[in-house]
This record gives sequence, structure tokens and C-alpha cells, in this order.
Amino acid sequence: MSGHTETHQEESFWRKYIFSIDHKIIGLQYGLTALVFLFFGFCLMMMMRWQLAYPEQPMPWFGWLFGESGIMLPEMYNSLGAMHGTIMIFLGVVPLAVGAFGNYFVPLQIGAPDMAFPKLNMASYWCYFAGGIVMMVGFFVPGGAANSGWTSYPPLADIATTGQTVWLFGMVLLITSSLLGSINTITTIIQLRAKGLTWMRLPFFVWAQLVTGFLLLLAFPPLEAAGVLQLMDRLLGTSFFLPSGLVVSGEILNVSGGGSPLLWQHMFWFLAHPEVYVLILPAMGIVAEVLANNTRKPLWGYKSIVYASTFLGFMSFIVWAHHMFMTGMGATISAFFQTTTMIISVPSVVILTAMFISLWGASIRYNSAMLFALGFLPMFGIGGLTGLPLGIAASDIHLHDTYYVIGHFHYVVAPGTIFALFAGIYYWFPKMTGKVLNETLGKIHFWLSMIFINGIFMPMFVQGLAGISRRLWDGGASYAHATETLWLNEVMSASAWLLGLAQIPFIYNLIKSMKSGEKAESNHWQATTLEWTDAPSPPLPHRNFEIIPEVYRGPYEYSVPSADKDFTPQSEA
Amino acid sequence: MEIPYNVEERQDTGMFNAKLGIWLFLASEVMLFGGLFSAYVFLRMGDVTGTFISGSSELNVPLATLNTLVLISSSVTMIMSWVSLKLGEQKKFKQYLGSTLFLATVFLVVKYFEYTAKFHHGIFPDTSTFFAIYFTMTGLHMIHIIGGMVVIFYFLVPGSSMMNTESVRFTNRIEIVGLYWHFVDLVWIFLFPVLYLL
Repeated sequence: MSGHTETHQEESFWRKYIFSIDHKIIGLQYGLTALVFLFFGFCLMMMMRWQLAYPEQPMPWFGWLFGESGIMLPEMYNSLGAMHGTIMIFLGVVPLAVGAFGNYFVPLQIGAPDMAFPKLNMASYWCYFAGGIVMMVGFFVPGGAANSGWTSYPPLADIATTGQTVWLFGMVLLITSSLLGSINTITTIIQLRAKGLTWMRLPFFVWAQLVTGFLLLLAFPPLEAAGVLQLMDRLLGTSFFLPSGLVVSGEILNVSGGGSPLLWQHMFWFLAHPEVYVLILPAMGIVAEVLANNTRKPLWGYKSIVYASTFLGFMSFIVWAHHMFMTGMGATISAFFQTTTMIISVPSVVILTAMFISLWGASIRYNSAMLFALGFLPMFGIGGLTGLPLGIAASDIHLHDTYYVIGHFHYVVAPGTIFALFAGIYYWFPKMTGKVLNETLGKIHFWLSMIFINGIFMPMFVQGLAGISRRLWDGGASYAHATETLWLNEVMSASAWLLGLAQIPFIYNLIKSMKSGEKAESNHWQATTLEWTDAPSPPLPHRNFEIIPEVYRGPYEYSVPSADKDFTPQSEA
Repeated sequence: MEIPYNVEERQDTGMFNAKLGIWLFLASEVMLFGGLFSAYVFLRMGDVTGTFISGSSELNVPLATLNTLVLISSSVTMIMSWVSLKLGEQKKFKQYLGSTLFLATVFLVVKYFEYTAKFHHGIFPDTSTFFAIYFTMTGLHMIHIIGGMVVIFYFLVPGSSMMNTESVRFTNRIEIVGLYWHFVDLVWIFLFPVLYLL
């Protein structure tokens, strides 16, 4: 890292765009890869929705994927379900929220020239990429990709086809990637803040990334341990998750036994519950930035939001077994986890309420970014509130593993997190590319997405309350008590395909604006944070700022009385 | 591009970047091994047939005691190598770091004899849940030892030229390897009683 990089040597194409150590290029790599995986995971779902709406009918256009009959077999359906979940969470949303936005904007918002460990940053991306490739390889091994659900519960996962082994290797790579990434993010935020940027002057987005970093750092390793144990079970014949006397296909399995399937569930959910907050916190961070900027007033209750998010991060480590009320772990343990689950809903409500109050009395600019951010608020609200009956052990008995659960967490992640990510793309696209996205196309994208995404997930609550299990290949056709709600399957499937079409204006907008969009000014949205006020659009390669800025005030000083303009940059003395 | 606090400490945190980085990494390692120790407790609580007690009585306690001493000594030589470097005694530094590498090799050799003795008696990971967790945890620990040895070897031979060109940075690096090495040592200090003595 000595002086020779200062001399503006022309970097080769490979060094500049492929094996780059510039956090901005790595952020874009993460972003593009994650968007491709998001689209792929969505395609898997659109295929599953055909099977759910029209069980055992040959699929038009894509039927050849399932052999001559064109009918999706149950094994294939299970594979698609498991891989949809895995891809969306581990290859799509988290890399986009943390890998792309975190990587690109954390150093810019704290006034740093790069991440603390640029080479680790590159390694982190390539581990992620390799993990993605390994996951894809699963589709081509005998028996198809992993088909035991994204949760990979044993004993089923222990005796599943080869795809499960591939899945586990893929996960190990993805866990390595997120470990390297989280160390980098946390170190960067703690060590590289610009002069004057004290903790309570950090934009909330940075706080959200910091808490997320700690969740990834501490919650993923137990899953890695569990993954190693499951690999041992599958490859070396151990019985960590296999109880004695397990009968498979009418015969007692020839293993030493003495293991416990519950052990996997504990280790898995110890990661997977904090993972929920890994999905939602960066989204909240993005929404906070967009809201403050477009309401032109300070974020209401900044400190309470910060404290709430750190409390949320802490609590997320002691709620995991609310996913396991049905396992027979006992009423005492259920009571404990039910209580912690009710407690963790408090900080979420604090954050959401503060964001709603921020809207009060504002003259709101309704641009595409703001529409998505505003859409996030009620959608996340629905997702959060429908979670309460699932967190209470008694009502969970009825709702567990039904479509109600699917509806609940998709409201949090899809119209919640993914809408926030869209908001982030519309908000920061001018900074990343120096071009502006077309507003009309953006608004079409928002309204169509908003309508159809509710068309998919709202009926799930109805079906779930009627008792339709989430993992049925025929969409509930064999459930006598569910017949009255089966017509909703067609509504949901049609909505899913229309939602797919609604992304066309977005993709077109990205490509068109990149090529021939209107030029963006360096502070396009008249924002206060450092990435807008002190860096050009796009920021300088490898060092971001012409001069490293100094910070004199909080992140959201909009419409300060007596100021000459309605925003006061953080770097203004 | 110069990353701030790459070598020198940041005043308000009192650390250079890599030192914070390695502590965070070690925190995640605590969670990794913590997960495995929890699995051990969980499985042992459900062990009605007593495979944990009968299994651990088949392990070789004297050899493991020897290995514990070897690993603790290697931690001592590790810290001595860093101290020597701080005092500018480069020759001593190399001797101490070399000893660490040597002791780590001794550890692996002893472990090799332990493993092969088990295999000769027909004991494998699939023999019982106790041996499953024994081989998993000691195996994972061994991978950590080997990883540490690779890094120590790098600083001893191919990477040692930095000692003269960027001495502060090199000393920092040795400090960080040391932190990692002490952690690996510490894991063994937990593994030894849990697997061999209980």
C-alpha cells in the first residue's frame, strides 16, 4: 500500500473490473451478481406457482425442463422450493443489502478512502461467487439440487440425494464470504470514520450496517458448525442428527444412532433468526436515508432508532426457538422464547413508528426512491404484525408450517426488504453511475410491483388460516377442508407472473439510463451526508474524495431554521 | 491510496485495523467452537446408553497431557518471538518462532499416533456419537493448527524480508499471528478436559 499507487497508473481491465480491490467496484460486482440471483430465484418461484395453480398439468413454454411430459414432479418441486429460499436469502437479498450497498456506501458515508481490508473485500466477493456457482452445480448432480427445504432439517436432509452435500459445501463458502465481509465492515466503521464523525453523527444506514455486521459475525459460525456436522453425517456415516432405530423405507438405518434431529434445528435457527434481522436492518437503514432526504426534515427520534436497532441486534440472539414450538421441546422453554419474542417486537415498533412520525408535517417529494421507501413502511408493518400470532406458542400450533407463515415472512422480506433495496437503487443510482434513472418508468415500476406483490402474499394469509400446509406439491388440492380457498392459487400465480412483467420497466430503465440517461450532479438529491456532499458522481476510483472531509454536525440537518438553504451538509463548518 | 490506521494506532480506539480485525475473527471462532461445545453438551445430555463415558475412557490421557504441555509451550515461544522482535533482536525472534513451528509439528505427530491407534482398534467417527464429536472437534482444531503453521512458516521464511523494510508493520503481523495462536491453544485447553477427562 505504499506510495506507488498514487501515481495514477492505468490499471489493466482485469485489475480494474474483475479482481478489483476498490470497494466501489466490488460493491457493483456484488450488486449485479445478487440482482441476477434474485431474478433467477424469482424464476424458480414463477415455475412453482404454475404447479400450485394448475397441479399436474404440463407447463407451457418451459415444460421441456421437466422431461417429455412437461409436468413438474414432486421431487423437482421440492428442489425448486429449497433452492428458491436459499438463493433469495443467501445469494440475493443479503449480498445486495450488505455486500452491495454496505460495501459501496459505508466507506463513502464515513469519509473513508476504502474499506479497512481491500484484499479481504475482494476475497469475500469471490467466495460468494464461488458459493453461488457451487449452489448452481447442485441442479446438475444426480437427484437434482437440495430438496429438503432451505432449512435442511435432518433426518430428511441426512439421507437426501447428493444435491444436499453440494448445498452444504456451497453454504460453507457463503459463510466464509460473509465472515470476511462482516469483519471488514465492522473494522471499517470503527476505525475509518472521518475526523469529527462521532457515533451519534453517523447516518443511520451506517449504524444498521454495523449491527448487521455483528449479527453476521456471531450468528453464522454455529451454522457452519452445524454444516460440518451434517457433512460428517452424510460423508463419514456419523449420527449427529440421526436418532437410534430410525426407520427409512421400512428398514432400520444401519448407523450408530444416539443423535438428535433437534440439535440441527437449534443450531440452524441460532443463525437463521438473527438472519431475519440481517435482512431487515440494512433495509431500514436505506429507508431512513431516503425518508430524511425526501421529507426535507430530520429523522424523528434518531437516537431512539439507533438504540432500538442495537437492542434489536442483541435480542435477536435469544429468540431462535420460537421457530420450534411444535418440536415438543417443552412448555417452559416455549414460554421463555415466547416472552423474548414479544420483547423483540418492541424495538421494531419503535423504529417503524419513528419513521412514520418523520413523515408528519413534511412537504414530501414523491420520487421513485421515496415511493418505494413509503411502500416499505406499511408492508413491513403488515409483515411484523402478522408475526405476533406466530410468536405466541398457543396460536402458532394452528398456524405453524402453513401458508400464513409464508405470507408473514415474505411481507417482511419481499415488499419489505426488497422494496427498500429498490428505494436504495433509485436513490443511489445517480451516485454510482453519474446518471439519473427515468422517473416515469420508476413510478410505473413501483405501482405495478405494489399491486401485484400484494396479490401474491395477501391471499396466503387466508389460505394459511384455512390450514393449507406450506410444502404441498399440489397446492392443497388434496385437502378437503381447504377447497373453498383453492381458487386463490390462480390469483396468486397470476400476480406472480405479472410481478415478473412489472420488472421489465425497471430492467429497461437501468440499461437505458446507464447508456443515455440525464447526467447527475454530484449532490443530485440535495442531501446532507458525505457521499453526496464531498464526492463526485461517481466517486473517484480508489480514494473516493479529492480531500478527505471533516464532519461538524449530525446526519440529517434538513430545513434548519436560519440556514440559507434547506439542507446543511455534515461537512459544513 | 493509503488506508488510515493500517500500521499506526487510531487514537480513540487504541488499535490498528488488523488488530481489531483479528479480535473480531476470534469472536466468530468462539462462536464456531462454542456451537460445537454446545452440540457436545446437547448430545451428552441425551446419551442414555453411556457411550460418552465409555468412549472417553478409551482415549489416551497421557498422550493428550503431553500434547497440552507442548501446545502451551508453543504459546510461550510465540509471545517470546514477538517480544524479541519488539526489542529488535531479530535472531532470537527467528529462534523462538522456529520453536513454535517445531512444537506445533510435535503436536501434530502425537495427534497422528493417537488417531492411527484408534483406527487400528477399529474406532472411526461412525463408531459412536462420542467418537463422532471427538474426531470432528479435534479434527477441526487440527485444521486450525495447520492453518496457523502455514502463516508462521510464511513469516519465518518467505515473508521475513518485511522485517527490515517495514519493521513496525511486521511486528504488528507477528502480534496478530500470536493472538490467533493463543486462541488455538485455548481451544485445546477446553477440548482436553471435555473430551479426555470428563
